Amino acid sequence: MTAVEPWSEARTRQIVAGHTHLEGPLMPILHAVQEAFGMVPEAAVPVIAEELNLSRAEVHGVVSFYHDFRREPAGKHVLKLCRAEACQAMGCESLVKRAEDRLGVDCGHTSADGRVTLEPVYCLGLCATAPSAMIDGRIVGRLDAVKLDKILKEAGA
Amino acid sequence: MTTRIFVPRDAAAVACGADEVAKAIAVAANKAKVDVAIVRNGSRGMLWLEPLVEIEDKGERFAFGPVTPADAEKLVASLAAGQSAAKIKNPLAHGRTEEIGFFKRQTRLTFARCGLTDPVSLEDYKAHGGYAGLAKALKMKPAAIVDEVAKSGLRGRGGAGFPTGIKWKTVHDTPMGQQKYIVCNADEGDSGTFADRMIMEGDPFVLIEGMTIAGIAVGATKGYIYLRSEYPHAGIALNEAIAAARKASYLGPKIAGSKFAFDIEVRKGAGAYVCGEETSLLESLEGKRGIVRAKPPLPAHKGLFGQPTVINNVLSLAAVPFILAEGAKAYADYGMGRSRGTMPIQLAGNIKHGGLFETAFGITLGVLVDDIGGGTTTGRPVKAVQVGGPLGAYFPRGYFDTPFDYEAFAARDGLIGHAGVVVFDDTVDMAKQARFAFDFCAIESCGKCTPCRIGAVRGRETMDKVIAGTSRDANLAVVEDLCNTMKFGSLCALGGFTPYPVMSALAHFPEDFGRKRKLPAAAE
Repeated sequence: MTAVEPWSEARTRQIVAGHTHLEGPLMPILHAVQEAFGMVPEAAVPVIAEELNLSRAEVHGVVSFYHDFRREPAGKHVLKLCRAEACQAMGCESLVKRAEDRLGVDCGHTSADGRVTLEPVYCLGLCATAPSAMIDGRIVGRLDAVKLDKILKEAGA
Repeated sequence: MTTRIFVPRDAAAVACGADEVAKAIAVAANKAKVDVAIVRNGSRGMLWLEPLVEIEDKGERFAFGPVTPADAEKLVASLAAGQSAAKIKNPLAHGRTEEIGFFKRQTRLTFARCGLTDPVSLEDYKAHGGYAGLAKALKMKPAAIVDEVAKSGLRGRGGAGFPTGIKWKTVHDTPMGQQKYIVCNADEGDSGTFADRMIMEGDPFVLIEGMTIAGIAVGATKGYIYLRSEYPHAGIALNEAIAAARKASYLGPKIAGSKFAFDIEVRKGAGAYVCGEETSLLESLEGKRGIVRAKPPLPAHKGLFGQPTVINNVLSLAAVPFILAEGAKAYADYGMGRSRGTMPIQLAGNIKHGGLFETAFGITLGVLVDDIGGGTTTGRPVKAVQVGGPLGAYFPRGYFDTPFDYEAFAARDGLIGHAGVVVFDDTVDMAKQARFAFDFCAIESCGKCTPCRIGAVRGRETMDKVIAGTSRDANLAVVEDLCNTMKFGSLCALGGFTPYPVMSALAHFPEDFGRKRKLPAAAE
């Protein structure tokens, strides 16, 4: 994963300033903040709100609405397993169970050692080469137990 | 002489190792001193063969797949030994790409160039008929462009099937001199669909050209592509193509030297399925929660930032260059009934030959699944097919005679949606699929309207009771009642269409719900 910076108010204001020329800049700003800090920290909300002349509630509402925005840091690696219909038809649920057992957490959580965050995703658009996964942004098709074990091993789980 | 070798950059190919294959070819060719040029093309759509490597031989392309890096080295060794692509004996050889049955049987209008060209080469695009539609459009009055699209019979390919020409006319007829927008809905969230992704990765210029023509037709100067965050490869291809188009003045203040200005920006979604609903998408683009808007006002009157907005699916816009270049009639000559033209159908899930199959409307579901798709990949019998994404109905084998047509599917309480076909074998438990439909709706509901927000959660709970065998009949009555409320009381298709998978599963596979199958005579 790309290294994340520690939270900084000045850096947040800089990110916002780099986007204010856009129409409707909040979503691009939140993506950029998350890219910088690995999450959208609680402390960033009032700063962004002030810069954009929005209420804190409005910014918080947007952050909390979208699945992509994290309010807690993710594990060192993020493994997303597709659980939508096309992958279901190819047995993704048994792979989810396998990953959950290996990591000792339910899907949607981070392993106790902080190494891997396991998340569901509803469709990566790789539906004819199902089941599909994404590990740290890299996509994997035709996932099976062997490939999954290799991914988990490489992630140190 | 340089031999051109094509290795797709399409995400499905990459997910199956295309990048490693391309690298292996480059390394092996360098070592063996074989003169090759690797082109990272789009996918030909035969996804069971990905990574599908094509080697050019006297202007013809020969297919090999699915290729691993080790196979790639062998192919290079064959070339090094002086064999031409046509003569290479290899178990992965499939002969001429365009002679493969799955490919040959298609009618590729929208996907004509996908897989053929270098997706981000403007030169290649133009050499294969690109921007011919824009050239025609620039010689026409805007109203005539709108009329041409209307006459083609093109209907919204996102799922709703609303006539594209009517949307455009509504925006065209709003007063000039105000900001208008073209918004492309690239939030392709339906499971089993990937046509938008493939065209954006495999021929992004066709979308750019379609949006540009739309802008000229309705008087819009700015376009947005709202792209889901799950599609990073599409984002890269689009931005490369947009930069190339800008450089050549196909985007910017004077489109191809004309008086028209138009530019495009790609915006990334953030993992909310409901943002594929057009008004929710507009809210998201404005930087708000993706909450569905009540209609009216229509987006055509008050859309993005309250301005007149054309909002169309990727495939609708990508169909426009052909319609302009070849004429409305050439497009409308394909199809059946009120479904005109071609549909890029996506065969997915448990299917032997999965991929993209563009064809005229009217082909039957059975031909698609059994004949073209070759049945299941597990080799077990097909039990159910879900058409149209998570909000589409499950059809049993008995419905395989249904022709691919908006009205024919609606007549059987189904929908073609974005034309994703997900195949399940006989191990699927349809009660679980019904539960999942509610579960998905509960996860993705925007929360604005009560039937969807609460109905989905209650539906999931009730299905849990049904699956556990608790008061089955009484609880199934609750499920049916909830579906009725959601179908008629929800604000948008998320809550309104969740009943389709639930009720179709219950109607066609009652045994999975612990109900006896009604005798055919007792059926309605």
